Amino acid sequence: MSQQAETLQELTDSKYKYGFVTDIESEFAPKGLNEEIVRFISKKKNEPGWMLEWRLDAYRRWLAMTEPTWARVDYPPVDFQDFYYFAAPKSDSDKPKSLDEVDPELLKTYEKLGIPLSEQKMLTGVAVDAVFDSVSVATTFKAKLEEVGVIFCPLSEALAKHPELVRKYLGTVVPATDNYYATLNSAVFSEGSFVYVPEGVRCPMELSTYFRINALNTGQFERTLIIAEKNSYVSYLEGCTAPMRDENQLHAAVVELVALEGAEIKYSTVQNWYPGDENGKGGIYNFVTKRGDCRGDDSKISWTQVETGSAITWKYPSCILRGDNSVGEFYSIAIANNCQQADTGTKMIHLGKNTKSRIISKGISAGRAQNTYRGLVNMHARAEGARNFTQCDSLLLGSRCGAHTVPYIESHNPSAIVEHEATTSKISDDQLFYCLSRGIGTEEAVALIVNGFCREVLQQLPMEFAVEAQKLVGISLEGSVG
Amino acid sequence: MLEINGLHVSVQGKDILKGLSLTVPPGEVHAIMGPNGAGKSTTSYTLAGRDGYDVTRGSIRFKGEDMVPLPPEERAAKGIFLAFQYPLEIPGVSTLTFLKSAVNAQARLRGEKELDAVQFLKLVRETAKGLNISEEMLKRPLNVGFSGGEKKRNEVLQMALLKPTLAILDETDSGLDIDAMKLVAEGVNALRAPDRSFLVITHYQRLLDYIVPDHIHILADGRIVKSGDKSLALQLEEQGYDAVIGKAA
Repeated sequence: MSQQAETLQELTDSKYKYGFVTDIESEFAPKGLNEEIVRFISKKKNEPGWMLEWRLDAYRRWLAMTEPTWARVDYPPVDFQDFYYFAAPKSDSDKPKSLDEVDPELLKTYEKLGIPLSEQKMLTGVAVDAVFDSVSVATTFKAKLEEVGVIFCPLSEALAKHPELVRKYLGTVVPATDNYYATLNSAVFSEGSFVYVPEGVRCPMELSTYFRINALNTGQFERTLIIAEKNSYVSYLEGCTAPMRDENQLHAAVVELVALEGAEIKYSTVQNWYPGDENGKGGIYNFVTKRGDCRGDDSKISWTQVETGSAITWKYPSCILRGDNSVGEFYSIAIANNCQQADTGTKMIHLGKNTKSRIISKGISAGRAQNTYRGLVNMHARAEGARNFTQCDSLLLGSRCGAHTVPYIESHNPSAIVEHEATTSKISDDQLFYCLSRGIGTEEAVALIVNGFCREVLQQLPMEFAVEAQKLVGISLEGSVG
Repeated sequence: MLEINGLHVSVQGKDILKGLSLTVPPGEVHAIMGPNGAGKSTTSYTLAGRDGYDVTRGSIRFKGEDMVPLPPEERAAKGIFLAFQYPLEIPGVSTLTFLKSAVNAQARLRGEKELDAVQFLKLVRETAKGLNISEEMLKRPLNVGFSGGEKKRNEVLQMALLKPTLAILDETDSGLDIDAMKLVAEGVNALRAPDRSFLVITHYQRLLDYIVPDHIHILADGRIVKSGDKSLALQLEEQGYDAVIGKAA
């Protein structure tokens, strides 16, 4: 091996930067899953009876289902009885009213992650609903949102305060029986965010939630529901990092978006969960169901995701373009390094007339990682004049990784137009040497070239998120060329 | 400034340079000419420190310091610059971003203060103006869709910003028409200084009409076989390599 390649190898093996565990004692439900556990969770959260019934129904259906195996991911069988399905920080019972009352350990954790809430409140004007081990511990800017009638709170709070809204929309985009993981989530979801934007309101700030998985062996089952009423607009940011650990953690979130007539929802994610060590041990399994319903005419839903973490990513944020002239967008950066496996993409279901969708996917593979784009574009028979444009670009770093593109295109309307473009490229030695000869070191050069490759997607992110994402792209690929 | 002594270089196990010796004092312009396959590109890549160009014998000293163990980025920070024959395209990375990364990366390596966005922009604008490089070109992705002339002017712009003490021009005239070549040569000539040396590597004599060298060396089969003043280039042009150096290869 040449000297340069050796150095690169060393860098590839660099440890996960955000690996640490805080020792806040968790209040666990007993390990394993049965009806009693489902009841325990529902009781812990003081839920109404109908919610418990909904959960139990999902649980019973889940028992009859089997794990999907069609994705290009490979992992040992998951023992669903070996997880804790509920954990809450001790401080849950008396929730803090301000940051001063928040467990200092918790605040330290945020500082390590570079997201001090206090600073964010002052500097960025972003309202943060911080989810830490399933229970929200701090919510800010509530008053300002209340002024315009926007509801932004933990889902459990919404169940208590606005049960009629939750009941009306929960499970209408991702039904309880949608798929194995979504059904499991329906039975045991512990927390998540709820957003309601009233008619004609443009949400005055980006809504942001930082998720964090912390308790040992705790499956995380977030459930997020966002409703944008007629002619409203909301931009929602979801971001996370996770502590280092040895055992696999299961994560099966569900996100449902509902955009009514003329409404627009922009949902951005930066996902940086622990990807496992250099051999893929201990990383997070991320099986997520995200779907948006453009329920009204002229509505728009836009997904932007930067996926850099997790051992396994199984995720297809989708749009149902039900309303006429509705628009769906999917902008994605998926980075897989070392032994990470990512199978991600989107589904654009065109039902309404003159619906439009745009898919821009940038997949980056390094180390021994496998990265798959899997996408469906479906033009329904009554989707007159529907249009889709898809662009899938793959970038390979090194010679041991893989990139795969699996597009499904189904068109049942002769007037529909579907375009698909795909490219695969490598960072060439020439490009790298060009940067080096200008004094730019290997790591910075790779980050520069990859960020260039991802530019179209990074541009879609809100400003403060874009900066964070660019750094993350660099960190995720440190020394992965060789 | 630059002292190369008995340099042997192998690429993928094949010996390309076989005892190249050359001294370039400060402020001088030296040209290396040679037929195809003589080792011209290998010389420039080896001086810049490219991986895979293994020095098996001999030495490269720059300002008295051994360069062989140093990676390319450190050589760059010490003042060695290579203007590429075929500048690389980097899609999605604006020329400005690339320039700023390079200038600040070198500053960091030298332990100097980095330029902030405002200082940097001012510096680039002033420098670009002299090379007839437009604001619009600076915003375009690096070298993507650039014409041959634009790419080479961009190399000169980088040289002007990075202020090397040794600039190596690898076949800078290739792919340029006379007008573009004149513009590039003017840019290079403007950078000539008592503490800056140039090594101009070229196949043809014509570039040397515009960048006039102090010395010319003929490289054949991996070593310098003949040195002289600028008249040597004219002699080559008239008689051809074979006649001037004999059947060296």
